[in-house]
Amino acid sequence: MNEKNKPILEVKGLKTHFTTKRGVSKAVDGIDFTLHKGETLGIVGESGCGKSMTSLSILRLIPSPPGKIAGGSVLFKGKDLVTMPEGEMREIRGNEISMIFQEPMTSLNPVIPVGEQIAEAIRLHQKLGKKAAWEKSVEMLRLVGIPSPEKRAKQEPFQLSGGMRQRVMIAMALACTPEVLIADEPTTALDVTIQSQILELIKDLQTKIGMGVIMITHDLGVVAETCDKVAVMYAGNIVEYASTEQIFANPKHPYTQGLLDSLPKINEDVDELKTIEGSIPSPYNMPSGCRFASRCPYKEEMCTSHKPELIEQNDGVKVRCWKYTDEWTGTIKKEEVV
Amino acid sequence: MSVEVKTEQPTVITQSISNPKESKLKDFLSILMINKAAMVGGIIILFYIFIALFAPLLAPYSPYDIHLENKLMPPSADHWLGTDDKGRDILSRILYGSRLSMGVGFAAVLFGAFFGIIFGLVAGYYGKWVDSIIMRMMDIMLAFPGILLALAIIAALGPSLINVTIAVGAFSVPLFARIVRGSTLEVKRLEYIDAIRSLGANDLTIIFKHIFPNILSPIIVQGTLRLATAILSAAGLSFLGLGAQPPSPEWGTMLSIGRDFLFSAPYVALFPGLAISILVLGFNIFGDGLRDAFDPRMKK
Repeated sequence: MNEKNKPILEVKGLKTHFTTKRGVSKAVDGIDFTLHKGETLGIVGESGCGKSMTSLSILRLIPSPPGKIAGGSVLFKGKDLVTMPEGEMREIRGNEISMIFQEPMTSLNPVIPVGEQIAEAIRLHQKLGKKAAWEKSVEMLRLVGIPSPEKRAKQEPFQLSGGMRQRVMIAMALACTPEVLIADEPTTALDVTIQSQILELIKDLQTKIGMGVIMITHDLGVVAETCDKVAVMYAGNIVEYASTEQIFANPKHPYTQGLLDSLPKINEDVDELKTIEGSIPSPYNMPSGCRFASRCPYKEEMCTSHKPELIEQNDGVKVRCWKYTDEWTGTIKKEEVV
Repeated sequence: MSVEVKTEQPTVITQSISNPKESKLKDFLSILMINKAAMVGGIIILFYIFIALFAPLLAPYSPYDIHLENKLMPPSADHWLGTDDKGRDILSRILYGSRLSMGVGFAAVLFGAFFGIIFGLVAGYYGKWVDSIIMRMMDIMLAFPGILLALAIIAALGPSLINVTIAVGAFSVPLFARIVRGSTLEVKRLEYIDAIRSLGANDLTIIFKHIFPNILSPIIVQGTLRLATAILSAAGLSFLGLGAQPPSPEWGTMLSIGRDFLFSAPYVALFPGLAISILVLGFNIFGDGLRDAFDPRMKK
């Protein structure tokens, strides 16, 4: 990909916190990544690790209250989206940065024909007449591979299948040729056969428009198929950040290793898949040390008392684990780490 | 977009392509048809609307013409429902009166719904202190018995049918506001609201184009049921002399006149009373039927 290009989206130290009666939940707790033109970045992690909140934070769609972007910046072509006035932010949403949601069944307004919904998305950002917008919306439906788009455009969401609705969502998101597309688990709710069609479609349109894609998923298969780079998230942090090849060939973080281990292998016959013991720590009560420590097979004393940083290794892989630091001896004293 | 893309045909297209509006309406009507009571209610309402529209053609006499020589005549071939104390034909007055009662009912409900919907949408959508202020205001209004509130408003504005409309409408406002707020809270959490926001829509578009159409069913049900109450309250206020003034053929006013002849000529009060009861009954059972028809659990 175009590594030399200037990044279009830079997320730096982004923090999103939710203040509730139980305390402060640090759903996203200081994450950094960059996205270049034409590149696909995968964000993977289990449910509740902050993937979706990251994407909503980028577009400033966090339900507030209780949510709040507590720190960091999101630079889109050099402009900080976090501090941008709401009016300017609306100009960016759907126009320059678009989003596809996880649940195609509920992401369309049930009482408005789909063609009209796409036309509305177009008219939010382009000065087009009703008729021109409608024609473009039919054109978009054709582009995303919906047969007889003129008829389908007049139908309401309940008359379309899940896969078709997701195509409609993609048509809406891409109607204004955005530069960044955030796809939040775009295939999770779909059949396997439809999944690959949708991924194919996103890829296809990506090369045509040249947009950057952030693919949020918990499905490592999707990552392998679509992504150039991968950020593995755990409990609000990025624990490993590397190219897709590196992640699959040589996972460094114990969590990434665990994730890959839990996948069924095509050449092995097993009755029970491997799991990672334990569960994600409560976001209200994060451990002070490494957040994965309680589930980590390599855990040492220092892991539970001190939080590791995301450190770049010689091969360019960034990993948040004491194992890959000079301090790692297995039994290091506290003073030496601080 | 200028890019050309091959259109791959998705594998399954089993749904028939039909006019969506038509089939939805058909579904809705078929559910309504199953509910016999709602049907009866609907027919009653249609009947009254028909009467109100064609009163001048249907009425055998003028509702205002006084014929003192014919006063307090019992029902007969000439005067099917008899005559009142000034010899006016009661049937004609009831027919014309339907225009006033229905008119006041609809106007009051529209008035109440209009403000109630706006308050409810704003409170539900923005939440926080906006919600607190609006809904506490509504709570204060709800704390008064409706008819007392109406009396107070009329005392301030003076007795007239228009003021009755305003008064009855005003005490419908909090009821609509509550229902609309509740539904708004529910709908605004749905994913398609996030989706449209992610496309750059502003609050006004989201509220009126995307939330409002999705909360119409409870509003319609509430509106129908409120119509019954509004008609009854308006008639009640007129009965007390606070609304329509004689010689207006308003049913409540007619009832009030008939009160003086309850024993000598009961038909003077009986028929306007029946007219009110049947219409209110019609709206009530129709409203209940609508509620069932809109209930998703009733659908197969």
